[in-house]
Amino acid sequence: MRDVAMVGAGMTHFGELWKLSLRELFAEAALAALESAGADHLDGLWVGNMSAGQFVGQEHIGPMLVEQLGMSGVPATRVESACASGGMALRAAWLEVASGQSEIVMAAGVEKMNDGADVTAVLATAADQEAEVYHGITFPGLYAMIARAHMAAHGTTVEDMAWVAVKNHRHGALNPHAQFRREITVEDVLGSSLVAEPLRLLNCSPVSDGAAAVLLVPLSRAHEFTDRPVRILGSGAATAAMALADRADPATLDAVVTSATRAYRMAGIQPAQIDVAEVHDCFSIAEICCTGAMGLTDGCNPAQAARSGFTALGGRRPVNTSGGLKAKGHPVGATGVAQAIEIFAQLRGEAGDRQVPDAHIGATQNMGGSGASSVVHVFTRG
Amino acid sequence: MAGIVGYGAYIPRNRITADEIARQWGKDPDSIRGGLLLQEKSVPGLDEDTITISVAAGLHALERAGVDPQRVGALYIGSESHPYAVKPSGTVVAEALGIGPEVHVADFEFACKAGTEAMFVALGLVESGRMEYAMAIGADTSQGAPGDALEFSASAGGTAYIFGREELMAEVVDAVSYTTDTPDFWRREGAFYPRHGGRFTGEPAYFQHVLSASRLILERTGLKAADFRYAVFHMPNGKFPLSAGKQLGFTREQLEPGWIVPTMGNTYSGSSPTGLAATLDVVEADQLVLITSFGSGAASDSFVLRTTELLVERRGRAPGVRAMLDGPRRYLSYGEYVKVREKIRMND
Repeated sequence: MRDVAMVGAGMTHFGELWKLSLRELFAEAALAALESAGADHLDGLWVGNMSAGQFVGQEHIGPMLVEQLGMSGVPATRVESACASGGMALRAAWLEVASGQSEIVMAAGVEKMNDGADVTAVLATAADQEAEVYHGITFPGLYAMIARAHMAAHGTTVEDMAWVAVKNHRHGALNPHAQFRREITVEDVLGSSLVAEPLRLLNCSPVSDGAAAVLLVPLSRAHEFTDRPVRILGSGAATAAMALADRADPATLDAVVTSATRAYRMAGIQPAQIDVAEVHDCFSIAEICCTGAMGLTDGCNPAQAARSGFTALGGRRPVNTSGGLKAKGHPVGATGVAQAIEIFAQLRGEAGDRQVPDAHIGATQNMGGSGASSVVHVFTRG
Repeated sequence: MAGIVGYGAYIPRNRITADEIARQWGKDPDSIRGGLLLQEKSVPGLDEDTITISVAAGLHALERAGVDPQRVGALYIGSESHPYAVKPSGTVVAEALGIGPEVHVADFEFACKAGTEAMFVALGLVESGRMEYAMAIGADTSQGAPGDALEFSASAGGTAYIFGREELMAEVVDAVSYTTDTPDFWRREGAFYPRHGGRFTGEPAYFQHVLSASRLILERTGLKAADFRYAVFHMPNGKFPLSAGKQLGFTREQLEPGWIVPTMGNTYSGSSPTGLAATLDVVEADQLVLITSFGSGAASDSFVLRTTELLVERRGRAPGVRAMLDGPRRYLSYGEYVKVREKIRMND
């Protein structure tokens, strides 16, 4: 397997993009990625998308989206792993280039959520239909149960969770692509409407439209496209029991632990070497669980990491400098690729006000459902 | 120069609070009240409908105008709850008011802007000289599906305007309309409850049209927000009209008299027309007033009015909006509410 590099990236603004359709969102991000690398063709496209079928009635989006680029004929496949669709698309694209099969492959993600669908019901299809959803649970409910378990086992508080949202909004305010660019306070979070106790409105990532795309080539050819490529050092994926009730401990996300371990092993690194990370904060509690599962808090209590500033910009290990899913937005299929784009910018020194000084090693973690799938990538400067 | 020679509103006496509805559906009353800026809404009695509301409003308008109903040459009623799908409400109302038979009658429909739509057309007939007087009514007994967000706001009431060319209470300085194909809210033939596109009803629908129509009329008239004494906007909830007003440069004080939604709810075609009536009830003479409606589908009508001394002199001839809103009223339980709104399946 040969080394693979990201050489180009492009994404849309994330938010309620009433005037942009699924295909227009994709085209904007993909064309920007191609242009940023000066590339004019693709050997393949992997596009992460959770539910175009239910959101806009469109399946079979692989061929549809390459056609948008005027590239009909190119092999193109949709990858689905609920909210980890984007990260899994990145992994598939990486495998295609690493294997020697192709020279230039795009990993993209897109979701058009604001088109009249019952979003809560559509997202709930990522949970176990027979064991969970049939009985009335929705995603906020599942993560609320994870939060309760975490609070009981580790003494995590609602203030701890509020600080995650506060931190991510502070970061998002610095991100021109973010859905929410306003800072919030702990009081704002604790005073917002209850969604599923103990989770409040401001503990939950929003409903968003958006697309993101990156270009992958063999590291040996990266210089043809950019003088600052970002190398993929490791990729690790894992699954866990679908239903929360079938997990050993609802407060521990096994798939995250395993996917991270696999990625670190391939990359030959320890988590302490990671300078900046994007993790899957679909709900505030998720960031606490994921940073803990990935060993990103150097043995400190992950529930305190946002509050203490450890994972804030300027802290020891900034997490979600993009604003995370909470402030940047969470167009489901696009998120995993957008995470990679943030790390791409960080490692190239192009993150502007969000720049982590001297970032050498970055990581992304993208998760599906209540943690039934997880994919971690580790990156370094090319 | 044509304008309003008489106006009259009618608001039913029953009420239901947002808290009562929230409790029914297990929602947090504070969140609802704070989110919608809405406290309670009017509910029609079992024997009230768009026709009865229009008759009451029309009577008040004729009282203020002091005009012989036989001289009213057109009667238009805009509503999305006309009692019949085929058979105009207008014919019943005309006879009840003593108008006709030499009268042109038509029912209008355009979601919540059917009232101002009727006003737009009535104005045109009078301006052209074809009619001496024309009456336009916006009235509704709007429905919201049980458990739906609209249930908190959909209310009942209406206002009638008589247009003429002499003895004006308010001159119409200009009138515009801004229309696009935007399917934010609809009700299919035969359906009992309407459907809507959630957040799509906000920025791409309400704000796009209200702001565009308002900006268009401000540009045409060369006026700016500070030139106006008051402004009235369609009120689907408490927040939207305040936000629209602010974006156009109006102060909260300028919006206050017309902002009746917190205790009236959204009377759909009667919303901005009744907000305008509440404003006309208190505004001084020789002042500018802006009214911009919004109807889903979608469009906004916007009017610039200049008030006269006659308004101040004659408006006391009929009850004001605040007197009806704040006056004798009866609070219903949710059960009584669904009974009078015919939401309960009966064994017919």
